[in-house]
Amino acid sequence: MPVRRSIAGLDGPAPLARAMRDAQYIADEGFATAAYLALALGKPLLLEGAPGVGKTEAAKALASVLGRELIRLQCYEGIDAAAALYEWNFPRQMLAIRQAGEAYVNIYADEYLIARPLLLALQAPRDRLLLIDEIDRADHEFEAFLLEFLSDFAISIPERGTIRAAEPPVVVLTSNRTRELHEALRRRCVYHWIGYPDPALEAEIVMMRASTVARATADRVVAAVNRLRAEPLAKPPGVAETVEWAEAATLLHAQGVAWPRAFARAIGVALKDQDDLAFMAPRLDALLVDAAA
Amino acid sequence: MTPPAALAPFLAFAPALRQAGFAAAPEQTEAFIAAVGLLGPRSLRDIRLAAHAVFGPAPERMAEFDSVFDQVFLGRFLAAPMPGEPEELPAAFDAAGLDLLPDAGEQHEAGAEATAAERLSRRDFADAAGDDAARRLRRRAARDLPRRRSRRLAPGRGGIGDPRRAFRQMLRRDGELTVLPTRRRRRRQRRVLLLIDVSGSMKAATEGTLKLAHALVQGGERVEAFTIGTRLTRITRALRHREAGAALARASGLVADWDGGTRLGEALAVFLAVPRFAAFARGALVIVVSDGLERGGPEALAASMRRLRGLAWGLLWLTPLAADPAFRPETGALHAILPLLDRLGDGGSPGAIGSEILGFARRAGRP
Repeated sequence: MPVRRSIAGLDGPAPLARAMRDAQYIADEGFATAAYLALALGKPLLLEGAPGVGKTEAAKALASVLGRELIRLQCYEGIDAAAALYEWNFPRQMLAIRQAGEAYVNIYADEYLIARPLLLALQAPRDRLLLIDEIDRADHEFEAFLLEFLSDFAISIPERGTIRAAEPPVVVLTSNRTRELHEALRRRCVYHWIGYPDPALEAEIVMMRASTVARATADRVVAAVNRLRAEPLAKPPGVAETVEWAEAATLLHAQGVAWPRAFARAIGVALKDQDDLAFMAPRLDALLVDAAA
Repeated sequence: MTPPAALAPFLAFAPALRQAGFAAAPEQTEAFIAAVGLLGPRSLRDIRLAAHAVFGPAPERMAEFDSVFDQVFLGRFLAAPMPGEPEELPAAFDAAGLDLLPDAGEQHEAGAEATAAERLSRRDFADAAGDDAARRLRRRAARDLPRRRSRRLAPGRGGIGDPRRAFRQMLRRDGELTVLPTRRRRRRQRRVLLLIDVSGSMKAATEGTLKLAHALVQGGERVEAFTIGTRLTRITRALRHREAGAALARASGLVADWDGGTRLGEALAVFLAVPRFAAFARGALVIVVSDGLERGGPEALAASMRRLRGLAWGLLWLTPLAADPAFRPETGALHAILPLLDRLGDGGSPGAIGSEILGFARRAGRP
């Protein structure tokens, strides 16, 4: 197993966490350790967590820290090789054949190959970071195929032979945990569970992401959101919702809406489910007053 | 070469994890040691974070994982045993130590009351009706069991062009393409996993259910059947015999815990603790035939069902009690798992079970 102690000048979890902060992402100790180990050991980083805790943001920040281009593969049920690996540009191939007439033409040259995310990542492993987003939405067969890809970092194209990465590319996988991933896939990765951040950290995130929001507002929004998360909601608000809620309330307040009302009026950016809204409606005002105290 | 003494806890960690029912591969130990080397380590916290990152325990098992860690690296032992005591489970897939028999009498009464009326009403025609239902299920299984789209393509009418066949055709016809050949996704039958409660309270329904299980194993492509009572028994192999009578005789020879008590929660935990078995549930239509009269607390059952929900494609619970129109799922156990189920259906007679399965598959099985 090739081990590299220093990646892009970062030689430990703490420097990585500092660099991530410069890239607008506040990483806790667990995340920084897992991410550093994944980079150093050359293994994929598997991030799991509830929707809206910033898994994709983490991957984007990591790409910017490493100075790499982010290649994103969004998974969905029924995703297939043509969407993930490569495809031949058939119309151009046919045109080329017609144009060539009697002459020989190599229709399997690079110009007829449309590279999809996995192949893109292999072609320039040093300049790109591959994000395989929401792997739990792909079906099991695709997961098994990814397993093969992640252990060999090679793709074989029948017409061209095998394309192998010069070095293991940096890969980040995310999962919302709507279903369990296969044990074999987890085993190959470095794993980190991203939970909801603690209130102080979340307030800091709000301050960083939303430039217009005052610190006091951020604290109140975080307190309210944490109370909402304790309720049995179908879709508890994520970190992104916290930020939006703080921004929306600030905007309404600037237009002359009083404070607790501003939060209540902007509730639509925090709770996005009719059942949840109906469930919270009778107690929302009390909850907001409680959070503001 | 013997490893240096300082490495000992690192090498002992993976076996300790396995003992506690975590999956830990040799390559993970290798990565763990490399990770600890990378981090310094400056403190025990670094080692713990490295263990979390490399072994990746599920968040709900984090506390259990940490206690194994403490045990190995701090020599700290826990007063309480690990939840579920998994070390003795996979040995014989036996829910021994769950202490079911001494208090099984109580269970019998509760179950007997619930099923007595049905037994009276079914006894006389159970056999013939069961056979009919089984024949129907066997005949229609191949067509009606749920299917999923495969990643593989086959020639057929569909939206995906088939360049290979197109090129062939162009070669043959000198560059002309008359019909655009297309391909479509193949469709594969989903796995079906049948978990049959054979405890005392299910006594009246067991035989008919097993006949249906036989029909399903015969008619479907990839069907697995288990019985759950005080033990977990895999009866798929026995049911592969073509002739129903012989298959049932073989299966009943395997099952040693007819009409006993049951702790569904623990039995399902045993099932899920064996990776090979848990894999049967992955992407499958999981059908539990049980009255849900649970001896253990509802928490154990709910926890196991949540895991099953994460693995399964569809989760169907068939209870004989639902045959009664006045039935409401109000026992603690059923109440706890109701939100996890795709359907809570009637498991009162073979005919009802058969149509529940086919009906569910028809409604949901067309991708």
